[in-house]
Amino acid sequence: MPFFLRFARNYGALLGLAILVLVVMVALLAPLLFPASPWQSVGDPFLAPSEDPSYPLGTDMLGRDIAAGLAYGARVSLLVGVVSTAVAVVIGVTLGALAGFYGGRADDLLMRFTEFFQTIPAFAMAVVLVAIFSPNIVSITLAIAVVSWPPVARLVRAEFLSLRSREFVQAAIVVGQTGPRIMLTQILPNAISPIIVTASLMVATAILTESSLSFLGLGDRNMMSWGFMIGAARTMLREAWWMSVFPGVAILLTVLAINLIGEGLNDAMNPHLRGRKG
Amino acid sequence: MEMPRAPLLSVQNLTIPLPVGLDRRYAVETISYDLHAGEILCVVGESGSGKSMTANAVMGLLPSYLKPSSGRILFRGRDLLTMSEPELERERGRSVAMVFQEPLSALNPLMTVRDQIAEVMEVHGEGDAMTRDQRVLDLLNYVGLPDPQILRDAYPFRLSGGQRQRVMIAMALALEPAMLIADEPTTALDVTTQAQILELIRRIQRAKGMGVMFVTHDFGVVADIADRVVVMERGLVVEQGTADEVLNRPKHPYTRRLIAAVPHREAHAVRAATGKEPLLEVKDLRKIYRSGGGFFSKPRVVNAVNNISFTLRRGETLGIVGESGSGKSTLGRCILKLTDVDGGQVLFRGRDVVPLSAGAFRPMRKHMQMIFQDPFASLNPRQTIGRILTDGPVANGVPYNQAEARARELLDLVGLDASAFDRYPHEFSGGQRQRVGIARALALEPELLVADESVSALDVSVQAQVLELLQDLQRRLDLAIIFITHDLRVAAQICDRIAVMYRGEIVENGPPEQIFDAPRHAYTQRLIAAIPGREWNPRAAVIDLKEKQR
Amino acid sequence: MKTLEFAVQRLSKAALVVVGVVVLNFLLIHLAPGDPASVLAGEAGAGDAKFIAQLRAQFGLDQPLYVQLWTYLKGVLTGDLGYSYRNQVPVATLILERLPATILLTGCAFIFSLVLGIALGVLAAYRRGSIIDSAVMTGALIFYATPLFWIALMAVLVFSINLDWLPPFDMETIGAGLTGWARALDIAHHLILPTVTLGLFFTAIYTRLTRASILEVMDLDFVKTARAKGVPKARIIRRHVLRNAILPIFTFASMQAGQLVGGAVLTETVFAWPGIGRLMFDALMQRDYPVLLGVFLVTAIVVVIVNLVADLLYRVVDPRIEAAG
Repeated sequence: MPFFLRFARNYGALLGLAILVLVVMVALLAPLLFPASPWQSVGDPFLAPSEDPSYPLGTDMLGRDIAAGLAYGARVSLLVGVVSTAVAVVIGVTLGALAGFYGGRADDLLMRFTEFFQTIPAFAMAVVLVAIFSPNIVSITLAIAVVSWPPVARLVRAEFLSLRSREFVQAAIVVGQTGPRIMLTQILPNAISPIIVTASLMVATAILTESSLSFLGLGDRNMMSWGFMIGAARTMLREAWWMSVFPGVAILLTVLAINLIGEGLNDAMNPHLRGRKG
Repeated sequence: MEMPRAPLLSVQNLTIPLPVGLDRRYAVETISYDLHAGEILCVVGESGSGKSMTANAVMGLLPSYLKPSSGRILFRGRDLLTMSEPELERERGRSVAMVFQEPLSALNPLMTVRDQIAEVMEVHGEGDAMTRDQRVLDLLNYVGLPDPQILRDAYPFRLSGGQRQRVMIAMALALEPAMLIADEPTTALDVTTQAQILELIRRIQRAKGMGVMFVTHDFGVVADIADRVVVMERGLVVEQGTADEVLNRPKHPYTRRLIAAVPHREAHAVRAATGKEPLLEVKDLRKIYRSGGGFFSKPRVVNAVNNISFTLRRGETLGIVGESGSGKSTLGRCILKLTDVDGGQVLFRGRDVVPLSAGAFRPMRKHMQMIFQDPFASLNPRQTIGRILTDGPVANGVPYNQAEARARELLDLVGLDASAFDRYPHEFSGGQRQRVGIARALALEPELLVADESVSALDVSVQAQVLELLQDLQRRLDLAIIFITHDLRVAAQICDRIAVMYRGEIVENGPPEQIFDAPRHAYTQRLIAAIPGREWNPRAAVIDLKEKQR
Repeated sequence: MKTLEFAVQRLSKAALVVVGVVVLNFLLIHLAPGDPASVLAGEAGAGDAKFIAQLRAQFGLDQPLYVQLWTYLKGVLTGDLGYSYRNQVPVATLILERLPATILLTGCAFIFSLVLGIALGVLAAYRRGSIIDSAVMTGALIFYATPLFWIALMAVLVFSINLDWLPPFDMETIGAGLTGWARALDIAHHLILPTVTLGLFFTAIYTRLTRASILEVMDLDFVKTARAKGVPKARIIRRHVLRNAILPIFTFASMQAGQLVGGAVLTETVFAWPGIGRLMFDALMQRDYPVLLGVFLVTAIVVVIVNLVADLLYRVVDPRIEAAG
């Protein structure tokens, strides 16, 4: 398993993996760790961290447990991050593959379309989409997907464009394989590693975007999220620093972990001598 | 006066270890050779022989993971390996200069020719801005570049490959170094350009009395310019001597094998292919490339293939020979409908395939197959050899079991082990991969093979084996082959007829004897005259070896 | 000649992109659920159907969609971006009032991040493998993973609340009545936190890109040629590597111009900065569609202009483009 060995040699990536596993565990076990709803007041308001051992990270102005909020917030972050990325990757790969493989008019049209989306600031666009379609977990996920596919489309197009002229693809045409078959069995498997690396980094970006949306008050009203917690703590900055510091650290660590994993994947999948010398 | 002269450069017992985990321990192992002032020493070997390694070691340009572990490199008596970086910097460019293989990537794309040449003098504190400018002009003139006044302000991308290499040489000559290292300086160039650059290097070397270390893989080039020769194999010097000794009376078996494999015109019997029906008829084929163009300017039009006609019969090999940009590869791609055609007919068994749609042509593809140039790029790295060989037949409706059985037969036919079926391309060498590429083409039992530079990327000994395989298969299967190549020597060795392409047109067409001995067209004459090592007969050098094989 | 042709070509393409963006946004906003008339009427406390219909007629919302789009596009051509639903001020006036603040903020953040990012990237690449390299790259990794709004809050917590060095809100001291240099200084003082906050994320990106790009260029053949000429390392970096390595960074940075505006929405919200980012957000919350569309139009134009300028500059700096284009 040279791939896993190469990945495991990267300490940063291993650290990232460890942090991510921890976050995923906490998200999965949230109802067991914190049986009460994170919206429920459980203690006195404004308890500082370690003031009351039952609430190691303190409570907010309504006496809600910050630790419980973090655990439930992890669910939203991971869910939105993964699902929106999956949707964006499907859109991006489809459009990019078609544009790159068929070229010509189809390429022009699809790339112009992609450019439109890139001219509009991604985050502003996401804000508008979520606000217009009323904020809930579905609209947030879709909005993030809609603003994040263009880079994937460009990447996949570039990969398909260069792979299409490679000799093994020409050989597949010569032996009589059809276009769709060539795209799926010859080109896509060779384009998959950059797609995976990009996707992993997109999950991180999506988590950042989701938290920014909830920070602006555009989160799902029924689900506790890290961005919302920081947004709510904004006016309490002077009184209760812990309300905003801990959720921020949670975002930072999660995103950092995913970025580290993405870089590890990149290094492991693209050892320097990839290609002809490999 | 020859006697007690100390060598300019003396490599003594040099050993450079490779990082652990590679197929051998040393890049070069206890190698020794001398270079004298006023001579051209050719270091010759196949890929992986370590021939470029010493050149880089002399310049201190080895990558950081390669460090010489023992030995000395004496330049004018001083060991370069013990010099500090600033000391080396003073020597580089001033006493030792280097010319590289790829003149485009070796030049800074964002700096003018003038600035790049002047920089050598500038960093060595030579002259002032005025004198340096004059020197740049002189140098450009000296290496035979046209309009130096204009050309010195050009960026490298504006120049042709030959012009770029002349710029590199001008840069190397700026401070009149005592030694020039040339690392495959003509490999990336067309054959006529190569002849000019070789001529230039020889002229300069004579005029300046420089010592030149010339690294190459091509024995033809060696025959043209070498005074002395060092032959390397897998990190070892296996033979060295004067050019005459090594080329005409080689002693080491490896040298003899290499020389025996150098492509050369064989006096082969013309095969009786003339009586048969034509399998392929190409009539007035045209392909035009258009590029650029906008509101104000007309698009640039290149007639890549211009009114080309020929016929090909079963069992016959037609060589298409030309330099880069001649349209020879485009012609091959047009015949196989890998690109659109702008006019003319391609009659396969009497049926014109040009007007057919992609879908209508697909069932005919199995009759016309292709062998590609790059053995590394032509096999999908994510598929097993078995998958690569069966994909074609399966796409053409052959049941998988049958395709698999056939694929195993084919592996045997092209001389590969049956276990190759389940392995991936990266586990094979270049020559083995090219055999897989041939097997893939044969899997569909074609009648026509288009081989596009199919042996160009291979080392000469592997090249000889693959050529032999192709010839053998052709005889057995009665294939018609279109053999596209830039190398006239290879074409002469295996083709029944040769068509010479120049700027999209076939300028001359005939049997090898005619093309070689009585070329009519001026371009063909130039091409023939430029073949490296024309005066040398490699077959005579190893005549006993050839006889033993028979 | 060639460059002129290129400019004309790019301009027409840019215009097309802007029109496309306007149409896309227009359709998106008008096809979305939620009727601005009823929102406004609801807030006015008069939810009856007649009042709503009256508002709809007033805003032209009762017309078929393509008529509304046509009217809007015709207006845009003459510089008329319509009236704000909410306070009946021309949208163009509203935007022009707010635009300088945003351009000041994003411009400063852009320059800050580009200069610092490239400097740090060069430093890290030059000292590759050293402690400086690790420190710079770790920092870049962390800021690349930190949400912008949280940096903003933490910066306020530390530099405004705890240390009381920098003002946490607004663009200038309200009611101070400063003029001339004093006012400029006051604005600069207020500008520091928002600029750094907005810029740090992008600094991290440019640092990483610059380092990677330099290391890539250092592996190219012409660097080897330069070494063979006897050029010392520092000069190789300066004369050969930097220009080749930084060109792609500029292209990338110009493409990121739009993302800076996205970041400005957050920054302006946290720091109460009176720019178009906040204008957009407020308009969105109030369903003030003409304002929203206007902001998007202006943003698209700015982004397109930045890209255009970058392309033209690139042609000046890189001699190869003319031949390839």
